[in-house]
Amino acid sequence: MSTGLVSVAYVVASVLFILSLGGLSHQESARRGNLYGVAGIILALAATLASVSDEGITAIVIAVLAGASIGIAIANKVEMTQMPQLVALLHSFVGLAAVLVGFAGYLEPLTSTTGTEHTIKLVEVYVGIFIGAVTFTGSLVACGKLDGRIDSKALTLPGRHVMNLAAVVVSVILGGWFLGTDSLALGLLALVLMTVIAAALGIHLIMAIGGADMPVVVSMLNSYSGWAAASIGFMLGNDLLIVTGALVGSSGAILSYIMCKAMNRSFISVILGGFGQTTSSAAVAGADQSVQETSSDEVCEELRNAESVIIVPGYGMAVAQAQSGVSDLTRLLRERGVNVRFGIHPVAGRLPGHMNVLLAEAHVPYDIVLEMDEINGDFPETDVVLVIGANDTVNPAAAEDPGSPIAGMPVLEVWKARQVVVLKRGMATGYSGVENPLFFKDNARMLFGDAKDSIDKMVSGLRA
Amino acid sequence: MKLGIPKEIFPDERRVAATPPSVHKLIALGYDVVVEAGAGEAAHYRDEAYEAVGAAVAVDTRALWSEADFILKVRAPMDNPALGKHEADLMKPGAFLVSYIWPAQNPELLQKLAARNITSFAIDSLPRISRAQKMDALSAMANIAGYRAVIEAANRFGRFFTGQVTAAGKVPPAKVMVIGAGVAGLAAVGAANSMGAVVRAFDTRLEVKEQIESMGAEFLQLDFGDEDGSGSGGYAKQMSDEFIKAEMALFAEQAREVDIIITTALIPGKPAPKLITADMVKSMKPGSVIVDLASERGGNCELTEPGKVVEQHGVTLIGYTDLPSRMAKVASDLYATNLFHLLTELTPDKNGQPAVNMDDDVIRGLTVVLGHDVTWPPPQPQAPVSPKPAPGTEEPSAEQQAAARRQSERRSLIGKGALLVATVAALYAVGAHAPESFLRHFTVFVLACFIGWQVIWNVTASLHTPLMSVTNAISGIIVIGAMLHLARAESIAVGIMAFVAVLIASINVGGGFRVTHRMLRMFRK
Repeated sequence: MSTGLVSVAYVVASVLFILSLGGLSHQESARRGNLYGVAGIILALAATLASVSDEGITAIVIAVLAGASIGIAIANKVEMTQMPQLVALLHSFVGLAAVLVGFAGYLEPLTSTTGTEHTIKLVEVYVGIFIGAVTFTGSLVACGKLDGRIDSKALTLPGRHVMNLAAVVVSVILGGWFLGTDSLALGLLALVLMTVIAAALGIHLIMAIGGADMPVVVSMLNSYSGWAAASIGFMLGNDLLIVTGALVGSSGAILSYIMCKAMNRSFISVILGGFGQTTSSAAVAGADQSVQETSSDEVCEELRNAESVIIVPGYGMAVAQAQSGVSDLTRLLRERGVNVRFGIHPVAGRLPGHMNVLLAEAHVPYDIVLEMDEINGDFPETDVVLVIGANDTVNPAAAEDPGSPIAGMPVLEVWKARQVVVLKRGMATGYSGVENPLFFKDNARMLFGDAKDSIDKMVSGLRA
Repeated sequence: MKLGIPKEIFPDERRVAATPPSVHKLIALGYDVVVEAGAGEAAHYRDEAYEAVGAAVAVDTRALWSEADFILKVRAPMDNPALGKHEADLMKPGAFLVSYIWPAQNPELLQKLAARNITSFAIDSLPRISRAQKMDALSAMANIAGYRAVIEAANRFGRFFTGQVTAAGKVPPAKVMVIGAGVAGLAAVGAANSMGAVVRAFDTRLEVKEQIESMGAEFLQLDFGDEDGSGSGGYAKQMSDEFIKAEMALFAEQAREVDIIITTALIPGKPAPKLITADMVKSMKPGSVIVDLASERGGNCELTEPGKVVEQHGVTLIGYTDLPSRMAKVASDLYATNLFHLLTELTPDKNGQPAVNMDDDVIRGLTVVLGHDVTWPPPQPQAPVSPKPAPGTEEPSAEQQAAARRQSERRSLIGKGALLVATVAALYAVGAHAPESFLRHFTVFVLACFIGWQVIWNVTASLHTPLMSVTNAISGIIVIGAMLHLARAESIAVGIMAFVAVLIASINVGGGFRVTHRMLRMFRK
């Protein structure tokens, strides 16, 4: 196949990828969008296969088919609650692929280059491998943390900022050496050393970030995987890779930005990690504060008499696997004519949009699942709010107490409703370690216990 | 320990101190419960309902009083005319009692109880702190009284509350003025507002303005500088003479205009202030209604008669003192729940044995007789101090804040400037030295970033997870690079590396699209 045709196929594939992402602007067009993406990648693969010589084609087909089947098998098996782990794992694959292609590109360049062009090429190889390695190990650690194999607490080694900085500086120095040498062996040595340092940096960076900051981390790694693909695209001079990498990179960057905004924290402070470990002295519970407990039966009664109910889920709902009970509850209430809606905080869960996916899996209609900004104004007219396993995202201190460590973070203003019922296992603080004054409000009731049990009891109570 | 629930003997008292649901919970605290036959009848709770939840029903009043270890009651103990004995004298020595007692007005009752060694909790002496709200019977009853006041007014008022335009002509909405925005006043504001009336409310405490407005009423504010009538414990205090004069002028003006006045003004330990004079009543439109919730303490209106409904100058004056009892069911429900919460506090071990912990502020305030000793009044509770900020966290002064803001603005400006300079320098370097081929790719890259930026912002937040998995899938496009290398691999090492790269990138492609598809299929209306 002529290079011209291949280029045209790549252009069409790029357009299909853009349409694919554009399709996600609404649920109805999203599935079509996904098909555009599939079409794009099949077109790109076919064009590439047609362009290469016959000799390697068997190996390629075997690898592609084997890889795709493994991927589909994993995707068919994965639970929706494990989505964060899966996404992180897939990021690490892109990172590893970038490292491998980078090395291959250095050892056996597809096109020979000289002069400035050669230097630029080497820079591209170096940068591509660096980002790839950080993405690879970082994503593996994130995956382990999300899966509970690694302690999700932030690991704060002494002098960790210095260590990170040193890793970057050494990498830059090695880069200078790498560009300066003509020997393939020495260049390879520099590359391998840098890869090891970058891999260690990736591990250390993500180890220092705690559980609830994971949405930011995962979207950041998403972004990195895109930049890795883009730099490999530069190395190969392949526009399709560059376009796709740029799309993915900016997508991840925007998601990270949205997540940081929703936590009122700067990107830098999230990346540097260690949040929630500092002692927060403000807003200590006074002696004159007690929580009011309630029971499933009472909540059931409240729900029966309510006209409008908002359910605010958090990571706790995912942990307790309470989403299908929540869905049953929603259906029963809606059958009774109660206006039930969901309020989702952008950083609820461990992945952007995590709660939406869990609720969708449990067959909650997506048009009653609303974003924070859409629903915040409706709390004063709401009879009952059920807070299921959320804490920091409904903390009134963020809005009311300027001395609070989470002051200024946008939160769901659940306390404005007539009554708030908080389903929680105990009185522990949320991820930020900040006391939640919501629990002590007059209109708040605590329903202690496993969220799934409590919800199931309410469901059977409503059925009765 | 045996809890006794006697039938109330105060004339027209329909409430009862325990309901079947509360009895159920009291039994769970480890108590035995005996209810006098017919105790809940006026509140529409039958004896069988009590029996059904495990209480015993006693027919003999005297036996119930003498056998119970703990009496739960609404009204303070009084002479029982049928038995010819005071209720306190019927009790077993050493027993416990909880009821309204009004210790300030009833010192001789306190003496009587102390003489009989009856530890007594006066639910009306509950300290008004937030921890005690769940036991606050005064607020619960005031809430009912406020609601009922509006209902009584509506009942005597000859018009709709809400304005209507009908084929038979236009009806203006009723205008209601509520004086005193305590619990009862706010409940009245809410009830009148939800019935469609135009509601105004007045209170000497400026802090309640927001609460009044949140309930849907207009706050009548006196233009009177900063004088604020907030006293201790959330009650009002007495105001200066000038203030009262201005206040009275306001009421006189409003009286001519409004159709219904509901007064709830009380100052602790003093007779109710006279706020509505006979002249003001005279100036009201015929058919208007005044409900005086302070009538038990002398009334806010000069013409009300406690416990009665009278008509003066064409205005109906309602002076009922038993409004909560007129809604006996809900009043009993709430009161019973208040008492259940109190018993929960008294019985931390849930063993049916009350423990009077006098170090607990709430219990200390409630306990007016402990054994043989009168323990009323309690030592003054510490005035509620607004929590002082911890040292070092004081609010910085305005200047400091402004300085900090200026500094951070300057810093961000410097940062932006530096970024701009760096970008320009980098672009210049690229343009000046990079070869043509690189620049072509660079153009594509920058444009693609912008397209990505535009497209991604349109993605709905609920699809962020599918977005991540689909970008995962398409970033598997790196497979193309690996394929090119695999096809041309010369050394075995590069071949293996490229093969592995193709394999894992394909996992990404297959898995990413497949899982996205699965997720998107789940999103249903």
